[in-house]
Amino acid sequence: MRYLAVAIAVVTGVIVLLGYFLPALAGVQGTLLNWAIILAGVAALVGVFNLISVHWDKVRRREKGSVYSALLLITLVATFFFGIALHLGPDDPNMRLLVTAVIVPAEATLMALLAVTLLYASIRLLRRRTDVMSIVFLMTAVLMLAASVTLSFGGISPLNDIVRPWIQQVLALGGARGILIGVALGTLTTGLRILFGVDRPYGGS
Amino acid sequence: MNLLGLGLIGFAAVLLLALLLIKRKAPPSWRVLPALAKLSRAVDLSVEDGTRLFVALGRTSLLTPRGGAALAGLALLRRIAEHASLSDRPPVAVAGESSLALLAQDTLQAGYKSMGAGDLYQPTSGRLSGMTPFSSAAGAMPILQDENVSAGMLVGDFGVEAALLADAAERQGAFLLGASADLSSQAALFASAQEPLIGEELFATSAYLDPGTSHSASLSVQDVLRWLIVLALLVGAVLKLIGLI
Repeated sequence: MRYLAVAIAVVTGVIVLLGYFLPALAGVQGTLLNWAIILAGVAALVGVFNLISVHWDKVRRREKGSVYSALLLITLVATFFFGIALHLGPDDPNMRLLVTAVIVPAEATLMALLAVTLLYASIRLLRRRTDVMSIVFLMTAVLMLAASVTLSFGGISPLNDIVRPWIQQVLALGGARGILIGVALGTLTTGLRILFGVDRPYGGS
Repeated sequence: MNLLGLGLIGFAAVLLLALLLIKRKAPPSWRVLPALAKLSRAVDLSVEDGTRLFVALGRTSLLTPRGGAALAGLALLRRIAEHASLSDRPPVAVAGESSLALLAQDTLQAGYKSMGAGDLYQPTSGRLSGMTPFSSAAGAMPILQDENVSAGMLVGDFGVEAALLADAAERQGAFLLGASADLSSQAALFASAQEPLIGEELFATSAYLDPGTSHSASLSVQDVLRWLIVLALLVGAVLKLIGLI
């Protein structure tokens, strides 16, 4: 059974990969990708059950923060009830209200919190790692902020017109391309290890 | 047909196969990555202390081009599961995407089984922490705060929300290694994580923690391809300079 899972994974991976280069395999590739999308949809459902199981465990054991777990379970059941049992689709105004009135403001709050967190982290950076890269990082951040700021008399012209474009289009773009090439090579070799069946993050073996 | 792309993948595949089959006389030597040396020590200390290890795999689906980072995270998780399978507190892995959370459970179980401790595996140690980037971070933060975590690893594809997890770890005094495939996340982690990794260093985590033949071969292939790309860029620049292209 274990070998069958590996064989299916390897053959599927090779077909999907070759489908990008050989037009004859594009149809099979499309079918396999569609199956994968369906499986990902099923996985989302299983993931919700995992979420329920983890938080139900927390509530049952009365762990720290179990009140929030209970709240999550109640809202999850309520959303499920309103969404499925009352036949309200995702486009229903009441269902959309859940997104616009609850999820969006909560995530916006976290985003705002992130701004403060990053500022605080930048201040702590020099205490944690006092090296050249940290100093360059902080100086660049300050410089870019100063160049981007809009003052009552307008921007700081040389910073805005010369320094900012140069940092963005020469230093940052060059560095970003280098990093992305590295990430792409890492992705390629990781994918090949999976294709050869050397790494098997599936099948429990 | 994109012959260049096919050629590059074919060359990398042949090179990887060759390096997998060749038995090296001496163990491979790589440049020192202090972050990964500290990670190795933090993992050992956690097992000795009976504290928990935390692994976040990011929020990307394996169906996207960024799935490679998640696969690198799963490879690290396998090593962590093997190292910490007999610890008093099992490691916890979280993901912001369902299929990744299922693979995390599978990987943890495989790690436990390979160490002969399959019966110690708990299904709830692989968790879906949320379905959106920020809800995923918000779902994972209480684990860092409440579950006696001494070392955390963010290895996968994150956004800037990774800084919230890094901050939560900092407040608990836990060691945190941050490695993401996303550029903005790398910048956020550089400022907030105790030990950030940049770029392709993400893909070296499992090899440094437990050097096996396949991971060593993988790093060697990356090195060869990197030099080839550097050479191609230099040749291209020279040709452009003299007006041939």
